[in-house]
Amino acid sequence: MNPNLAKYLIALADDELICGHRLSEWTGHAPILEEDIAFANLALDEIGHARLWLELSAVQGDEDVEKAPDKQVFFRKAEQFRNIQMLELPNGDWAFSMLRQYLFDSLESVRLGNLKNSSEKTLAEIANKIAIEETYHLRHSQAWMKRLALGTEESAMRSQRALDALWPYTKQLGVEIEGEAELVGEGITFSSADIENQWREQVEPFLGDDCELKIPDISDTPILTRSVHTEHLENLLGDMQEVARIEPEGTW
Amino acid sequence: MTKQVQVASDDAVRELLWDALAEVPDPEMPVVNLVELGIIREIEITDNSTRITITPTFAACPAYEVMTEQIIEKASAAGASRVEVSVRHDPPWTSDWISAAAREKLRKIGITPPGHHHGNISEILLEPVECPYCGSKNTSLQNSFGTTACRMIYTCRNCKEPFEFFKPL
Repeated sequence: MNPNLAKYLIALADDELICGHRLSEWTGHAPILEEDIAFANLALDEIGHARLWLELSAVQGDEDVEKAPDKQVFFRKAEQFRNIQMLELPNGDWAFSMLRQYLFDSLESVRLGNLKNSSEKTLAEIANKIAIEETYHLRHSQAWMKRLALGTEESAMRSQRALDALWPYTKQLGVEIEGEAELVGEGITFSSADIENQWREQVEPFLGDDCELKIPDISDTPILTRSVHTEHLENLLGDMQEVARIEPEGTW
Repeated sequence: MTKQVQVASDDAVRELLWDALAEVPDPEMPVVNLVELGIIREIEITDNSTRITITPTFAACPAYEVMTEQIIEKASAAGASRVEVSVRHDPPWTSDWISAAAREKLRKIGITPPGHHHGNISEILLEPVECPYCGSKNTSLQNSFGTTACRMIYTCRNCKEPFEFFKPL
């Protein structure tokens, strides 16, 4: 049992969950059938990953592993969520959704790459398991970003517009997650600031050189903690939690 | 002497259970079973309970709950008492564990099984994928994501048939 780790894992789970929910909103609306299928699959994966983290969080927080995940997902308020803001923003156009996916997939790749070396055995095992699946996500969003950014004049314009809108939110990637300071000391997790730096080393050359996009200057953007959210999260939760809140004891 | 008898009988029961579990079809690809996919990892028998350890393919596989129910049902029907199913993610499931027999069955229903990659997925994804119908390697990827979490969609340029490729994992 480790209450700090229980808290830390909630942040990882919330990133996956909120990302998965936004992805699922494309089901039936994606620009082509193949991508409709792809986004539905990605959503399923991310929500499955959220479940793994929530189960481990329940174990570390000494809660009921069967019941705690649903409780966390369906009965917390917006201010109790710990996802990064970028993931809760509405889907926007296809370039916006795809770029956000690329930014998150590459964050996952770097973060899980670190967490595979955790001194906490189960955490390391799950990170390794998820990292293998994420290989397919990153390949997909990388290929799409190149196509969009180097495609037509309009797709390039939309890609740049998406980057201008999303890039300031990347300031939040390195903020310390609750419980992190103690966990890093024990070798259980790794510094978010270091993870952000490793992420920038991968992402900036890809977007700036391979995709020929202009990376915005965000030196003046304030850094927000993970407990600060936009009004969009509340709307998202309104949809996601509606049925569970109407019938809390309902079974399917 | 009693101990020896006990060991022999546990082995026999385990053998029986492996056979019984080989009758649990994969819910999404019923031509193959959970044993030949390598999902069933271990069967442990103690005095009055049976623990079956599984390693799911994809973390979010929606078929997981159905599988668990069917495992318990089949094992109980084969005489196992107090069956528990536990999940293990280490080592993570790999498509390398799919048996030769299962690979043949997959090919017959239009799903090309992945080659053995020994952990190097990125490399094997660069290799051409063979059409399960005509054997041509002149095929093209249509979608890295398909009808289930574990499949990709291809088409064959030679016989023009669409087919699926089991994701190397």
